[in-house]
Amino acid sequence: MLLNQFLILGAVLFCIGVYGVIARKNAVMVLMSIELILNSVNINLLAFSLRNGSVDGHTFALYVIAVAAAEVGVGLAMVLLMYRNRRSIGLDELSEMKG
Amino acid sequence: MIAADLLVAQNIGFAIIAAIMVIGALRVVTTSNVVHAALWLVVVLDGAAAQYVLLAAEFVAITQVLVYIGAVMVLFLFGTMLTRARIGVETDLNNKNWFMGVPVAVLLFATLAIALNDGFGDQRLPSDSPVVSTQQLSDQIFGPYLLPFWALSFVLLAAVIGAIVLSRRD
Repeated sequence: MLLNQFLILGAVLFCIGVYGVIARKNAVMVLMSIELILNSVNINLLAFSLRNGSVDGHTFALYVIAVAAAEVGVGLAMVLLMYRNRRSIGLDELSEMKG
Repeated sequence: MIAADLLVAQNIGFAIIAAIMVIGALRVVTTSNVVHAALWLVVVLDGAAAQYVLLAAEFVAITQVLVYIGAVMVLFLFGTMLTRARIGVETDLNNKNWFMGVPVAVLLFATLAIALNDGFGDQRLPSDSPVVSTQQLSDQIFGPYLLPFWALSFVLLAAVIGAIVLSRRD
């Protein structure tokens, strides 16, 4: 197996995730796109870990998974709060900071 | 690259799983139904777990299935159902400037692909490396990486408390 095939797969998933973050208006969909990005990072970490013959990448991949779980928990709590206050989870309606 | 090298079973498995993952990821960002997007995300996460097995990371693969597909997806489905009155096709999931995402993603991918090609060309992964055992991994986590592990525990604790504080009704 080539190293690059995993890195390119990670790059494809990363770019699809970036597209989702830019294009989506629904807050839950943006969180899902962020999950795609975090997964592409994990694929890269594990590929480099296999190339270097070390276990460090695995450790960091586990930490990334844990941080992603925490991020989804807090993110969805914020989405719920947003929905309760304004009956909508469209991100472009959060425009109080616009001058 | 010689064609005979490409035809090992691992590469065929990689290609099939990668194709499924890319299709699933594209559906996640293009479908107009939030629940369908969550289920397509399950396909992508499952494929990622399979790639981790190909990369000799069995513990991370199992953790991926348990944490992502078991817990995070349930959270997503809960979030979807708590914040929307109806489960079905929605017409306004995209921003009105959504098409700007296409050039950004394509240019980003082109840059990454060129950089990766330059940097790693045709480097090979070792084909006979042993599977990383759970014992090795725990020796790492509870040895040199103990401090980040503690920090992570506090992050999770803060996230749990924060989520409860944010979503409780007073």
